[in-house]
Amino acid sequence: MHSTGYILRFVLIMTTVVALVLALMSTALKPIHESNEAIYNKRAIISAIGNKLDKTVAEMSDEEVENIFKENITQKVIDVEGNFLSEEEVMDRGYKAGKAENVDMAKERKKDEADRIYPIYEYENGDENYAIISVRGSGLWDAIWGNIAIDEDMNTIVGASFDHQGETPGLGAEIKDNPKYALNFISKKIFDENGGYVSITSRKGGAVDPDHDVDGITGATVTADGVTKMMKKGVKRYLPYLKSNEK
Amino acid sequence: MAETAVKTAKKESTFAFGKKERKLIGDPLNDNNPITVQVLGICSALAVTTLVKQAVVMSIAVVFVCGLANLAISLLRKSVPKQVRMIVQLVVIAFLVTIVELTLKALDYEVYKQLSVFIGLIITNCIIMGRLEAFAMANDPWRSFLDGIGNGLGYGAILIIVAVLREVFGKGQLLGWKIIGSEEAMIDTTGGFLGGYLNNNLMVLSASAMFIIAVLIWIHRSYNRKLVDIS
Repeated sequence: MHSTGYILRFVLIMTTVVALVLALMSTALKPIHESNEAIYNKRAIISAIGNKLDKTVAEMSDEEVENIFKENITQKVIDVEGNFLSEEEVMDRGYKAGKAENVDMAKERKKDEADRIYPIYEYENGDENYAIISVRGSGLWDAIWGNIAIDEDMNTIVGASFDHQGETPGLGAEIKDNPKYALNFISKKIFDENGGYVSITSRKGGAVDPDHDVDGITGATVTADGVTKMMKKGVKRYLPYLKSNEK
Repeated sequence: MAETAVKTAKKESTFAFGKKERKLIGDPLNDNNPITVQVLGICSALAVTTLVKQAVVMSIAVVFVCGLANLAISLLRKSVPKQVRMIVQLVVIAFLVTIVELTLKALDYEVYKQLSVFIGLIITNCIIMGRLEAFAMANDPWRSFLDGIGNGLGYGAILIIVAVLREVFGKGQLLGWKIIGSEEAMIDTTGGFLGGYLNNNLMVLSASAMFIIAVLIWIHRSYNRKLVDIS
């Protein structure tokens, strides 16, 4: 039988060693983790215009992704009224860097609606001009989010990509795993003929309105409804931007 | 003369790889498989077997954690106070799992994202804790290490078999390569079915892993009669 003093010493030494090694390792690997995460997010953003690019996003190397961001994309950040924010103003809102890619949508969603800021990625390549916006909402189990690319008429959707935290594989997770789901969003319209805001509905039983509906997912009604809600509420945040850039 | 005899005997007991040691690796792959015989670690076997790549990464992680945790606990077994041994085991496992998690996050961020919580959940994988309590606390480091590796491999083997079946029949691909027909070719423009193989969505759902594991247990028992007699 060991004495209480021995037990205490043993536990203390063990936890110290473990904590030190892990802290050291975590700090050493942090830059790699951060750059991995940044690339991962960038891939998700350009996935929204995936069918407009020469290569699929999955085939691109990290450098090619970075290059698109450097050469073709202008990053902008807006507040709820549609005013553009400078990098300093974004940093004042609690970010280490002030670009659109640094804006954390999950963090923004926890703020008061009036204080939120939203990222915009303007893609330009020859005649192709698209604005990619980010939306975030709730699925069945956890958060879902997406990037929506809009044509220069600020009305027609040219592509979308979705992701999720923990939707059921084979059902809700199809919003990400099944590329056909996101393809359905192409050429849908955000506004009706009179310029009224409609956005997109992911409809159970299949699309009805050819301009504003996409097919829901069988067995994943709650996730599809989450996408609908996200599209209605999320795109609405960008209304001032969309209206002022209309052509 | 006597001295060399002692030396060889000692050497044998530390790093030998004889019949007993082979049994330590071989047993968990067959007679004492953690999944099909002991029915442990089912939770992760259901969750991470939709894609082969995920299953392979998970298996490597479990082999690593199980082997090294067994080794570490076996080295410490005489100095670990009995009253806190479970906590010590947990700290060792959690330590190794965190190392795996940090490394994977740096090496392959996409797989890290896909596996999400399940890497962290290796901590609660009963196979590992079970081996520590049942084997490493009572055996020398070398044998414990082999036992850990063996059990990790036994777990990994089943995981990969299940993942291959699920990926091939659920997605028509293997390791991301399309191997059975494209879905587009089989459905005409009106949605009619032209023939061929249509992905079986049931295989993507967790429930299918249950069926597959059950069938594997059935097959395993029907060729290994020993398993039927002992239970």
